[in-house]
Formats: sequence, structure tokens, C-alpha cells
Amino acid sequence: MPEYQTHEHDVLVVGAGGAGLRAAIEASASGASVGLVCKSLLGKAHTVMAEGGIAAALANVDDRDSWKVHFADTMRGGQYVNNWRMAELHAKEAPDRVRELEAWGAMFDRTADGRILQRNFGGHRYPRLAHVGDRTGLEMIRTLQDHGIHQGIDVHMECTVTRLVKDGDRVVGAFGYERERGRFKLFRAKALVLATGGVGRAYKITSNSWEYTGDGHTLAYDAGADLMDMEFVQFHPTGMIWPPSVRGILVTEGVRGEGGVLKNNQGRRFMFDDIPENYRSQTADNEEEGWRYTQGDKAARRPPELLTRDHVSRCIVREIKEGRGSPHGGVFLDISWIKARLPNAPEHIKKKLPSMYHQFKQLADIDITEEPMEVGPTTHYIMGGVRVDAETQMSTVAGLFAAGECAAGINGANRLGGNSLSDLLVFGKRAGEFAAMYARCHEHGTIDARQVDEAAHAAVEPFDRGTQGEGPYQVQYALQEMMQELVGIVRNETEMQRALGCLTSFGERARRAGVGGHREYNPGWHAALDLHNLLTVSEAITRAAIERRESRGGHFREDYPDKDPDFATFNIITRKTADGAMEVARAPIPAMPDELKNVIEEMK
Amino acid sequence: MTQTATFRIWRGDAHSGAFKDYPTAISDGMVVLDAVHQIQAEQANDLAVRWNCKAGKCGSCSAEVDGHPRLMCMTRLNQLDLSKPVTVEPMRAFPAIRDLVTDVSWNFKAKQSIARFKPRPPDAADGTWRMAQVDVERVQEFRKCIECFLCQDVCHVLRDHRLFDEFVGPRHLVYAAALEMHPLDTASRARDLKHTHGVGFCNITKCCTKVCPEGITITDNAIIPLKERVIDQLYDPVAKLFRVLRGGSHAV
Repeated sequence: MPEYQTHEHDVLVVGAGGAGLRAAIEASASGASVGLVCKSLLGKAHTVMAEGGIAAALANVDDRDSWKVHFADTMRGGQYVNNWRMAELHAKEAPDRVRELEAWGAMFDRTADGRILQRNFGGHRYPRLAHVGDRTGLEMIRTLQDHGIHQGIDVHMECTVTRLVKDGDRVVGAFGYERERGRFKLFRAKALVLATGGVGRAYKITSNSWEYTGDGHTLAYDAGADLMDMEFVQFHPTGMIWPPSVRGILVTEGVRGEGGVLKNNQGRRFMFDDIPENYRSQTADNEEEGWRYTQGDKAARRPPELLTRDHVSRCIVREIKEGRGSPHGGVFLDISWIKARLPNAPEHIKKKLPSMYHQFKQLADIDITEEPMEVGPTTHYIMGGVRVDAETQMSTVAGLFAAGECAAGINGANRLGGNSLSDLLVFGKRAGEFAAMYARCHEHGTIDARQVDEAAHAAVEPFDRGTQGEGPYQVQYALQEMMQELVGIVRNETEMQRALGCLTSFGERARRAGVGGHREYNPGWHAALDLHNLLTVSEAITRAAIERRESRGGHFREDYPDKDPDFATFNIITRKTADGAMEVARAPIPAMPDELKNVIEEMK
Repeated sequence: MTQTATFRIWRGDAHSGAFKDYPTAISDGMVVLDAVHQIQAEQANDLAVRWNCKAGKCGSCSAEVDGHPRLMCMTRLNQLDLSKPVTVEPMRAFPAIRDLVTDVSWNFKAKQSIARFKPRPPDAADGTWRMAQVDVERVQEFRKCIECFLCQDVCHVLRDHRLFDEFVGPRHLVYAAALEMHPLDTASRARDLKHTHGVGFCNITKCCTKVCPEGITITDNAIIPLKERVIDQLYDPVAKLFRVLRGGSHAV
């Protein structure tokens, strides 16, 4: 029987980005003993990459803003398949969560009268994003980290959870390994919060780090929980495309918020050519008005570059496909042009977008204050995830909670920029609060030694297979290429059916892939274990995408290019059946209360 | 035509190790981390390396490249002399774990020893504060820190003199400076800085400032002002007399 160390906590939080840290802080503040597991070192989670800001209707810059406008913007951006209760809670609670960060030491940029400054962002009607230049995510994670380390939370760094342990219908623990020595760990917990982020590593071109392998999605799925909205993957319109080694790295939407424009190789601002009907009344119809909007003119409407990410990505793909792309297969994003409008433009750009300046200068030899950037879409975010209760964030499995990117609901078919950081805070807090409450009402469950034993054996299998056959990286690369090609920005039935066939064969390859060496800090071994997760989420994305025979938000079908009102009435669920196969089901969206319907109507 | 370069990577653990040469194909715009990943995927699956964001934002992939403390993800191959093998080795100030991965856990403990942020009461009835952008900017420089620990790696007080028990190192002095200069903070850290955190050990060689990938002026903007603060608060004879007259009994 393999050896393992046992740790016991009231609440175990898996993942230490914004949502996980916020959940851990909340659970711990309410008196629970908390364990926090993170795959990397503390403070390195993907949240550090967030650039633009935290969306919250503080109304510091434009007093017309309110939770109602934020709610309506979020629902419109999500094409009305969002969980409306989550969107409502999010819009109402985000301002308090931002102010709380300030009380914990965060230093946001300021307005002239010393309050938190807010910036424009895609799909938000008013300037709404509290920010720190273009490194807001770092500010947020560091603030939570520095606050959290004094809360008595037990942090298990560089530790990966591979399996949840159940007692009957309830989750009572988790099994995993620590990277450093490769030792196994069993966590007993009365309640468990998944906050593991996204799935970007299932694609070749992504802004996501190695950690984004769909762990939480897969752990929940394997434990019998429902996943929801997996077809909705967000392709961020602006990733770096040149040189090849930086392909996919994010270029913040803040560039466009500060006045950056998108152009094709003919110098045309193509975003003016296709403005969707439901955004027409809110969008500038000339360049002058768009510029005035970015400079804070309240009478002006936003430029079309700040339309939602799904739309901007598709417009970019169209320009490239029709031969109007940039030399390396993208389009141009130009912020340098503002020197025609502002006297000290280069300094202004460096101050507002310091890490973008730095990133392009160092990685691409491009001075963004002098010349345009080349950009193209990059896999950025998954709207879908673990299906949760809006108030408590509990999944369909007792004792198992989820928050942040790995949970579904708030974003519907497309997420607005800035709504992720606020989502992490609002629902991270809620998950922590209700997980702690659940833990107060329940005793530790019984750990079934057989489940633990099985998990331990599965974890060492890649070593048993050795290095004679294929390595894990080759399977991973093949999967990423395939998902990019067949289940990417533009989808159709034929290609996705082919994708399912590929997934079956990759599954077989993954079961044969072996590694050498030993368990101490062995990335090949880690990659081999991650394959199961990548394959699971890829299958869920593909099956859900086949089921949604329409185009909506981040999901675009060239064989069904229009929105179909019938498809606005349900979410698509994927779950594991008793025989281990993946089942696809439709869950009707509950009727929205009149009060919220009126809010949406009011804001049209 | 494919160009090849050789990477001389340190392979080993806490007990022993040696450099091993890996020739690999290189292409336009590659950074050292790309080369390491390629070698890991094609020649050495078990080559241990930390990384996350690959964009200079998380501070995970710190190493010594051709002897210089660098983030591997931000070190372009065209900045290096590829006519000879490029050496890649772990940060030498910290205990080795495996290959390029070191034990940096001491840093997390050191940070915890610094008194946490303690804000003054809110300025407005709604519980919010007012701060001027200019005051915020001074501290924002320090808050850019990505905790890559390259400054700790290069600091001779830690690297050569191994004073880990007496000195928290430049990273944590930057952290203390950010708290001390935070317009809302009311805690006092002068005594700890002197006695526990060893601010006096820094003799301003500025090596930390030179290697900071975020361009933080560590010595001039953070450490020297902290040294001044310690002197002002703990050694100023007028202030000391004032404390005595007021009945203060804090021993320095």
C-alpha cells in the first residue's frame, strides 16, 4: 500500500489565485481551520496575469453607474444565458469587495479627488474598472496573499490534487502529490472549495500558464458533479503573435480602453464595419466620438474596439481570412497614434500601460509608443465550469464548492473584461463563507481506503510504463493542435465529430504514455497526470459545442451562424454517468424575476 | 536553415550535481525558457524548472544564465553569446531541490515576520479613504515586485555571508518600505527593521537594484529611506529626550 501523509482541515481550498485566496480568508475569518493547496508557489497563480482591472460599479468616475447598469451589461455581454442571480449578486457586491481590498492595503490608481480611479473596458457602459496601471491582478493577488498569511491558513505549496474522495454522496477529502519530493498527501476536509481556474492549456495558442489544465473541472466531474456551459470558451481578441515563442501572450484590453485602435493592412479601422444590432445605440459611429469616449467625455459613446471580446475576435479572424491581415497573420493594434492628440503621448502610454510597453520592448523589439503591435486571438478564459448554486457556490455534489473561473454561471456565453477579478472576489468570499458554514454543520466523513489506494496507484502508473513508448508532451501537443484546429473560434459539426474521434485515440495514447526518473520534482510525470484533465475538459467542450446548434457569445458555429431564441432557454450540462461515459443534458434556465427583467429593459 | 545552440544546464539535487550539455534548435525571438522547455519535451522529460506566466509577471523562472541572475522567460537568446554553451543554473543563494528548482521557502517565512498593514480609520463616512495619486505612485513602485527573489539571490549578505537569520534581504525591505510609506498605514516597523530584519546589514552595493527585472530602485528608494527612518525614530537625540520627558520607556 503506497504511503501518504494525512492533513485534516475543516475547509480545504484547492487553488490559490484570487478566488481561492479570498475563499480561504473568508473561511478562516469565520473560525474554520483552513488548508490551501496551490500547484505553484504562493502568489504565482494565474491571477497575476490579469491586467485591466476589477469591474465594480463604484461610480467614482461616472455617477450614472450603479449595480443595475453593471448587471444589465453583464447579462447583455453573456447573451442572456447567464445565471441571473449570480450576475445580480456580483453587480451588487463587487463594490464592497473592492473597497475591502483597499482596507487590506491595495493601492489603486486615484481620481483627482483621491478616490479609486476607474477605466473604460469592453462591454461596460461606464468607466468601471478599478485598476493599477496594467498590473491589477498582481496587486490583487499580493494584497490577498499578504493579508492571508496572517490568518493562520495552512498553505500547501506546489501540491497537486488528483482525485476527490467521497463518503457516499458527499466529498470528504482529496488526494494529491507534492511536487518537491513527490510524496502523496491525503487531505480530510468537511467541505472543499475548488478554485483551480481554467482550461487554456487544452489549446495551442493561449494566454494561460501551464497550471490551466482544467483540474477543478475534472475533479468535480469525476466526483459526479455537473459541468455547465463548457462550449463557451473565450478567445481574447488581442494576443501577441510575433515572434513565435510569445504567441498567445495577452495584450490587455486596456490598450483599447486608453485609445488604441485596430486596423487591417489597408489601414482601415475595420471594427466600424460590423457593429451588432444590440450594441448599436451604445457605440460611436465615428472615430472622433470614439476618441472622446476614451478621454472621458460622458456625452460620447464607446468606440467599436471596445465591443465584447467574442465579437472583436471574430472580426479579427474575418480580416485575416479575407487577406487583410498583418505580415505575421494578425491585425494591427495601434496606441502610438494618440501622439497626434496628446502632447506627451509616449510618457502617457508608458505610465498607463507599463507592462505592455515592457513586454513588447523586451520580447518583440517593438516600441509601442512608436509603432503598432501585431495581435491575434488567443484562448483566454472558459465561461463554463462547475455548476453551482448562486448563493452558496455549492456544486451538485454535497460538500463540494467551486468559485472563480472553474465555476460556471456568472458570465453566460461571454465574459466582459474586468468581470473576472470581481467574480473571484465576490464568489470566492461566498464559497469560503458557505463552505465554512457547511463544515460547522457536518463532521468529518469516513475515508474509504480503497479510493485512496486507487488514486495512489493511478498516480504512479506513468512510471510503470517507463520511457519505451511515447512521452506525455507529445500527446499534449497533439491534443492542443487538434483542439485549436477543430474546436476553436469557428466551429462546425463535421470537424467536431472528428475531434471526438481524435480524443478517443489521444485517450489511448495518454494511457500508454510513460515517464522515466523518479517522483522528485519531475515535470514529465506531472504532465502525464495532467493529460486526464485536459482530455476530460476537451471532451466536455466538444460535446457541449456539438449540442449547441446556434452561435452565441464565445461559441460560433459556421453551420449555424445565427442566434436561435430556443437555445436561450437552457444551459448545456455535461456529467459522468455510472458507466463512466459523458452524458450531455439540457437544463432549463429559471424565469427571471420581473424586477430584474425591468432593469434590463431600462438599460436597453 | 535551422540554427542550433548548446545549453549547459545544471542537473542535480541537494547532494550533488553537474552541468550537462543539451544542443537544441533555436528560432526567432526565443527566450531561454523556450529552450529549456524544448529540451524538457524532447530530451529530458524530468528536467525540473519552475515557470508560470512566461511574460515576466509571476517571477517563477528565476535562474542564473551565463552567470547573471535573470528571469528565463524574459531573456532573449539574441542577447546571449551563442557561440559557446549558454550556462543555465539555479539561484545559488538558496538550497538546491532539483535541477533549476531551489528551496525558496525561507522567503515566505521572512515576509511573515514583517508587521502587517494597519490602516488609519476611514476618511469618509462610507468607510473609504482619500489618497493623492502622487503619494500612491511612490508606493506603487515597490508593489510592482513580482517576488522572483533575484535580488535576494544576488545580495552578498545572504549569498556569501548566509545571514538568513539576521537579515530579511532586499525583497522584504522593499515590502517593508511599501508598508511604511503607504499613506494609510499606521504601524511602526522601525524597531523590527533594526533588530529583527537587519536593515543595517545592507551596505548599499546596489547589486539588488541592478538585477531587478521590474526596475525597482531598491537601494535608493526603499532601503536608504528605511535606514533613515530607523535613525530618525530610534537615534534622534531630540526625539529621544522628548520620549524620556514624556515618560516613554522604550529601550532602543
